[in-house]
Amino acid sequence: MIRCRVYLAVTALLAATLVGLLGWARQSAADFGRDALPAQRQLVAVLSLTDLALWSEARYTRHPSMTDLFSPFQDHPGAPEHFPAGALLAPTGPRPATTLEVRRHGEGGR
Amino acid sequence: MRRFKILEYALASLLRRPVKTAAILVVYTLMIVVLATVLLLTHALKTEAVNLLADGPELVVQRTMAGRHELVPVAAAQTVAAIPGVSAATPRVWGYYYDSLTGANYTLLGVDAAEPSLELLAGRLPQGDGECAIGAGVAAVRKVAVNDDLILIDANNIGAIFTVTGIFRAESRLLTEDLLVMPMAPLRRFFGMPAELATDLAVSVRNPSEVDTVANKVKRALPDSRPITRKELLRTYHAVFDWRGGMLLALFASALLAFCIMAWDKATGLSAGERREIGILKAVGWDTADVLLLKAWEGLAVSLLAFLLGFALAFGLVFWWGAPLLGVVLRGWSVLFPELRPTPYVDLYQVATLAFLTIVPYVASTVIPAWRAATTDPDEVMRQ
Repeated sequence: MIRCRVYLAVTALLAATLVGLLGWARQSAADFGRDALPAQRQLVAVLSLTDLALWSEARYTRHPSMTDLFSPFQDHPGAPEHFPAGALLAPTGPRPATTLEVRRHGEGGR
Repeated sequence: MRRFKILEYALASLLRRPVKTAAILVVYTLMIVVLATVLLLTHALKTEAVNLLADGPELVVQRTMAGRHELVPVAAAQTVAAIPGVSAATPRVWGYYYDSLTGANYTLLGVDAAEPSLELLAGRLPQGDGECAIGAGVAAVRKVAVNDDLILIDANNIGAIFTVTGIFRAESRLLTEDLLVMPMAPLRRFFGMPAELATDLAVSVRNPSEVDTVANKVKRALPDSRPITRKELLRTYHAVFDWRGGMLLALFASALLAFCIMAWDKATGLSAGERREIGILKAVGWDTADVLLLKAWEGLAVSLLAFLLGFALAFGLVFWWGAPLLGVVLRGWSVLFPELRPTPYVDLYQVATLAFLTIVPYVASTVIPAWRAATTDPDEVMRQ
């Protein structure tokens, strides 16, 4: 019966871990709501923010709730934009290896 | 006790085919990791968006022309403010800036200089010309800190120097990653926007239950306007994440299909050895119910272990390690993309659905062929 005992012990341990994770998630979400959410909501209220800064690639992804609904094709929030092109072409952009620092006259070096 | 003995036998049977069992366990676990990651991440982001944006403007009034968003006259704010139930109508100035140096898009937002200080801002909000506050993403990509200078190219194609007075803290990255905030007047000059125009109007309504009525009145007073209520705004986020979740699930459906083919192959192709085993068990006196229980344990042993392991891994990937695999897919073309560390909002209904949709088909695919073999004559089964 050794295999049975080992299996049941491992499964019980994993199940307890899962319950623990779900309990931690519940507690963390409650803590976030109590401690961090008011400051975030203050930011939203003061700056009149309407959207999450998740995708800054296009108007309709940066501000999906504010985008104009009527522009044909790409600007429709429900249109599958960048697909399949986005799935086949990897996004590339300039990656500067050096930076240029500009200082006003009379300012010391940093 | 009898059931435990059958489980012991089932485990011994699985361990007699260690490579096959390990392969199934790995594939099964990976599939659950992928599906659970998508479900956990999209649900957490959706809930976070709804919670964060609940204090956004009650009503935003845009102007449309020729089917596109158009700048709204500042005078329209007075028309809207005169509607009964409206407590304030404030012109907003905001827009986008493409930074050719980094290839990133920034969102430039005008603020009233009299705004209070913000808890999530290291430094202060900009007060005058030549000042700005920026998101952590902009600070990182332009390698600037508080009191450093940031050079942007304005509408006249002339470099404008802004001193960074504050950087939004990392906790607010989901809201401020690409944000660049400056007072209204300098922002208008930067965009070359006339003083009598604004991007849109943010409207406050005294009684929240009257927002829809006010929106209708705004539409009547300004026929070329498009009022967007907070309810619509939050509904957009439900739709966006459901769509994205659905799209990703469609992509991962191929993985699910491959798993189903494997399970079906296992279901229909009971090996000769397995058939012989069932025949011998029946011949030595096992009931059909015992054989079915044995096969159910075999399926359940693998699927339960795979589900628990896979879900725990997905949970860690999403909430502790910032969804490293899925983040690359979600990032898309965005140069600035906030680190994904969503607040762990978990929907128990989704967990139960995932468990049901993955465990039950696998156990069924194990039990059904065994049932067919177990109900035939042992002598016939062993001779096949």
